[in-house]
Amino acid sequence: MSSATPTEVKGASAAGVEKGGGLQSRRVRSAWLFLTPMIVVVILVAGWPLFRTISLSFTDASLSNVGGGQYVGFENYLANYQGYWAGVLADPLWWHSVFNTLYFTVVSVFIETAIGLAMALVLNGNFRMRGLVRAAVLVPWAIPTIVSAKMWGWMLNDQFGIINDLLMNLGLISHPLAWTANQNLSMWAVIFADAWKTTPFMALLSLAALQMLPTDCYDAAKVDGIHPVKVFFKVTLPLIKQPLMVAIIFRSLDALRVFDVIYVLTSNSESTMSMSVYARQQLVDFQSVGYGSAASSVLFFIVAFLTIGYIKLARVRLGEEGS
Amino acid sequence: MAIIKRIAFYALVIFILLFSLFPFYYAIITSFRSGSELFKVEYLPHSFSIANYVSLFESQPFGVNILNSVIVAGAVVVLSLGLGVTAAYALGRVRFRGRKTLLLTILSVSMFPQVAVLSGMFELIRSLGLYNNLAGLCLSYMIFTLPFTVWVLTTFMRDLPLELEEAAIVDGATPWVTITKVFMPLMWPALVTTGLLAFIAAWNEFLFALTFTLTNAERTVPVAIALISGASQYELPWGNIMAASVIVTVPLIVMVLIFQRRIVSGLTAGAVKG
Repeated sequence: MSSATPTEVKGASAAGVEKGGGLQSRRVRSAWLFLTPMIVVVILVAGWPLFRTISLSFTDASLSNVGGGQYVGFENYLANYQGYWAGVLADPLWWHSVFNTLYFTVVSVFIETAIGLAMALVLNGNFRMRGLVRAAVLVPWAIPTIVSAKMWGWMLNDQFGIINDLLMNLGLISHPLAWTANQNLSMWAVIFADAWKTTPFMALLSLAALQMLPTDCYDAAKVDGIHPVKVFFKVTLPLIKQPLMVAIIFRSLDALRVFDVIYVLTSNSESTMSMSVYARQQLVDFQSVGYGSAASSVLFFIVAFLTIGYIKLARVRLGEEGS
Repeated sequence: MAIIKRIAFYALVIFILLFSLFPFYYAIITSFRSGSELFKVEYLPHSFSIANYVSLFESQPFGVNILNSVIVAGAVVVLSLGLGVTAAYALGRVRFRGRKTLLLTILSVSMFPQVAVLSGMFELIRSLGLYNNLAGLCLSYMIFTLPFTVWVLTTFMRDLPLELEEAAIVDGATPWVTITKVFMPLMWPALVTTGLLAFIAAWNEFLFALTFTLTNAERTVPVAIALISGASQYELPWGNIMAASVIVTVPLIVMVLIFQRRIVSGLTAGAVKG
């Protein structure tokens, strides 16, 4: 559990800053003074809207009259009207979008981790123009999600798309596929577009972890003539496991709230609908703020639950700070 | 054997380059093709027409959209850095009760799913009279730029040598003077990195921009691009869309190439979202 990044090592030494005793209380007072504006803004833009969203989920508010909803208890979540169930938790489409979101998260994070790690291994090698290649790898990361979704939408176009053309020329498919319209393919289109854009993030974090590794165990492995693949699984992977896990959890939390790429590529199509798309559709398109807020709140609690897990795992980073 | 290995390695490098660059390359060559040319698949550039770019600006206020994005992203960067630097000093250099809780809260806020605050934020923006207003977007964007600005700046701040601060304290400098006169000159690289990441995040944001604006004149570029439509759902003007995509992406790519090293250090320091 003790893989150290440079920030941690240096941070540990900086923790010894406070030596002056009399100064301490004055420093603490000015620290709170400095923190106040930031805390006020965070409460205004995060705390209050979150509180209101959860409150609204217990009302029947509509978009045209957000504040004027009546208290309805848990009706938006789950309610029984004369024998049949209603509410978010009884809506098959909600559970379908939960499934879609989880499926999307697992598959796309797996793909980008695998490709990102492979990229990092290549970029960690010594070759000419390495700096240029590293910069090039960052390009997909810099492209706005909307733009990358549109670019993939164009490349995956059923009639004029280059992907269909390429696959047909290679003889892999016999007729063009409707990537974004076909129910069985559209999730894959979304996953391609997302994995392409986020792979650089995984590649860079993996590369940073690889560059931290000590060289001596590799020299030893080389002397012993151990196969590089074995070295990777027995030496490299265990050594970068910790930073890699942090990156994977970080990306997973990001993937769970996916909205942009799905909304642009496949709109409100049910076969790719994510939790965020579902909640926004209820809120804005169907104008039912109460019901949509209930869906938002469920999403929030799912992500909050997983965030606590992430923070527990990433504790190493915070470990050096006194409480 | 060594030569084969070398060739295989460079083949991998070329594959990585193709994987990373081809989609954008294809967007560029598409944007310079017009009319029926768009409906033939070509792998190499073979025509050069700026018709798509001209019609993009003629058919909608795309210039205004770009200006909106610049204003919003710029204001968000200035606000986040201003609030973030002083907070990062307190969190990175001063030991006090509740610091760890505060850091964890900030980290948690940066993980908030945006949709989880959507209705509350909508109500807040409505009640402040900022609906369909750029100021409303600036305010709402603070929810994701501020926490990660504070977080990344705190890690940078923690790494500054403590001798500097000790010397300042011995000279009787107040914390405010220490920040502005001692730390700020050293923090420039960190401020550039964090500012750049905040700018990119705000420039690319879609959900709030889509929900909190109503008219084309207040829209930012991601929303404008997403809403470019043709005569019907099945006749999207791909040429215009690709031209718009190239325009909004080129400045970002130039920035990324210039500040490549700084961005990578910022990303690894904060493990921020992409």
